[in-house]
Amino acid sequence: MIRKFLHKFRASDRNSYWFISPYVIFFLAFTAYPLIFSFILMFHRWNIVSPMEWVGLKNFERLVLDSLFLKSLGNTVMFLLIHIPLQIVVALGFALLLHSRVRFRGLFRALYFLPVVVSGVVVTILWQQLYSYDYGVLNSVLSSLGLPRMPWLVDASFAMPSIALMATWKNVGIYIILFLVGLQDIPSELYEAAAIDGASRSKQFFRITLPMLNPTMIVIMVLSTIGGFSLFIEPYVMTGGGPMQSTLSGMLYIYNQAFYFNHMGYAATLGFALALVILAVVVIQRKVIEKDSVA
Amino acid sequence: MKAAAKYLILLLGAVIFAYPFLWMIAGSLKPELEISKLSLWSDHFSIRNFFTVISKVPVGRAFLNSLLVSLSVTVFVVLFGSMVGYALARLKFFGQKMLYVLILFTMMIPFQITLIPQYVMMVKLGLTDTYLSLIAPSMMSGLSILLFRQFFMSIPQSLIDAARLDGCSDAGILFRIIYPLAKPVIITVSILTFMTSWNDVLWPLIVVRDRSLMTMPQLVTIFVTGGEAESQLGLLLAAATLLALPVIIAYAFFQRYFIQSMASSGIKG
Repeated sequence: MIRKFLHKFRASDRNSYWFISPYVIFFLAFTAYPLIFSFILMFHRWNIVSPMEWVGLKNFERLVLDSLFLKSLGNTVMFLLIHIPLQIVVALGFALLLHSRVRFRGLFRALYFLPVVVSGVVVTILWQQLYSYDYGVLNSVLSSLGLPRMPWLVDASFAMPSIALMATWKNVGIYIILFLVGLQDIPSELYEAAAIDGASRSKQFFRITLPMLNPTMIVIMVLSTIGGFSLFIEPYVMTGGGPMQSTLSGMLYIYNQAFYFNHMGYAATLGFALALVILAVVVIQRKVIEKDSVA
Repeated sequence: MKAAAKYLILLLGAVIFAYPFLWMIAGSLKPELEISKLSLWSDHFSIRNFFTVISKVPVGRAFLNSLLVSLSVTVFVVLFGSMVGYALARLKFFGQKMLYVLILFTMMIPFQITLIPQYVMMVKLGLTDTYLSLIAPSMMSGLSILLFRQFFMSIPQSLIDAARLDGCSDAGILFRIIYPLAKPVIITVSILTFMTSWNDVLWPLIVVRDRSLMTMPQLVTIFVTGGEAESQLGLLLAAATLLALPVIIAYAFFQRYFIQSMASSGIKG
């Protein structure tokens, strides 16, 4: 047994261990050690200055009863329920337009992609002004059209949807590109065959285009779900989590627990719980969509 | 669909995605009272807001900090990513499959779980408020390893064999034979890494409190949330413009590469 391993080890290319050593060191320092340490932290109360205090399962008891953590998960679900469908519809719409024969395609694509490359801080500052109740551009446009002003960020039931709208505006460019790539990968023979069989344009769209774009849909859902659960700078700058905790995101809550209250142990527990929730949601999404596409 | 309607929608989209940025830049140059107007023009344009922002916070220093951090991170990610990618694609060694699975597995771990322990580590090592704390945790990226691996697997074996016959070492093969061929993937990884690093604000907020070490987005965030802007819209927009302009200028020149890079990352992810 040992000899077999030794033999395999000797048969390895000499230099390979040098080549992978940066990854191994990095993995030990920035992934393995933090994972182990987070596991230790979860059983302690610690403000980073005084010695760690063992509290057993106290952090988990607190977690289960923590209405703010639940609230932050609910807020994220609210965000995703608006963000994901809106993003898929808008991105698919523009991708279909750009995929058809159209001039200045490159220019349009480049403009739609612009918000993606700009820092989230810029986008947040900008939209905070657009959303402003009294002086915001959006409300002055609404009132000049004779419509009522909207309480974009000041009303608890509007604030999270407003942030979801902004996030869609910022990210939709990536998904337009991904849909475009997906559309180009659909073989044109499929449409030709369908046209010969007399399938209408709308039938072709629902029977060929949409099913063929399923892998792209999965990527988009997974990426935006992870993005949604990592939402931080937008509520941090725009609303501070308010009004009435309606924009408190999971990440913002962890940040507050760790760096505002110095509850390192509880923050680590929250991070662990949030990570589990993310993984569970992503796995469920994949299962559901893959099942759909087989049926 | 009628061509006119199609172009109308496309144009409307262009306005929706680009106009807010024009409005932001115009607003940073306008007097306070005219900012909330929808129009871009003002008879009283001035760059006073920019002077005020620069006099209140060390923007120039933050720009250089961001440049230093993002460039270092990019160099390390390209160097290390290509080394590991080369070993995975072109060498044979014991534990190769295990390493590959480990990299995939590590990429799936949400960052929220390691964030707090990483911060504690920085505190215990006395590394908070240093460039090292900003650079070190981003020096390696699983995605870039995978991108390099995939590209390196497509290189013909005959090329590598020929180089080896000429007495080229593995390092020589990677850096002298493969690197010149790998420009597309190096550009992709560089743009992705640089952009992510340049725009990151959560980690700097956590490990840096010293103003002279703050990165650009962090400094602007602190400026906006810390009340120094005294809720003057012009100052907020000027700070945001200072942060956005370098990226917008780079994007204007290299937009094709930006879009390609993001597309290839999304397909992997």
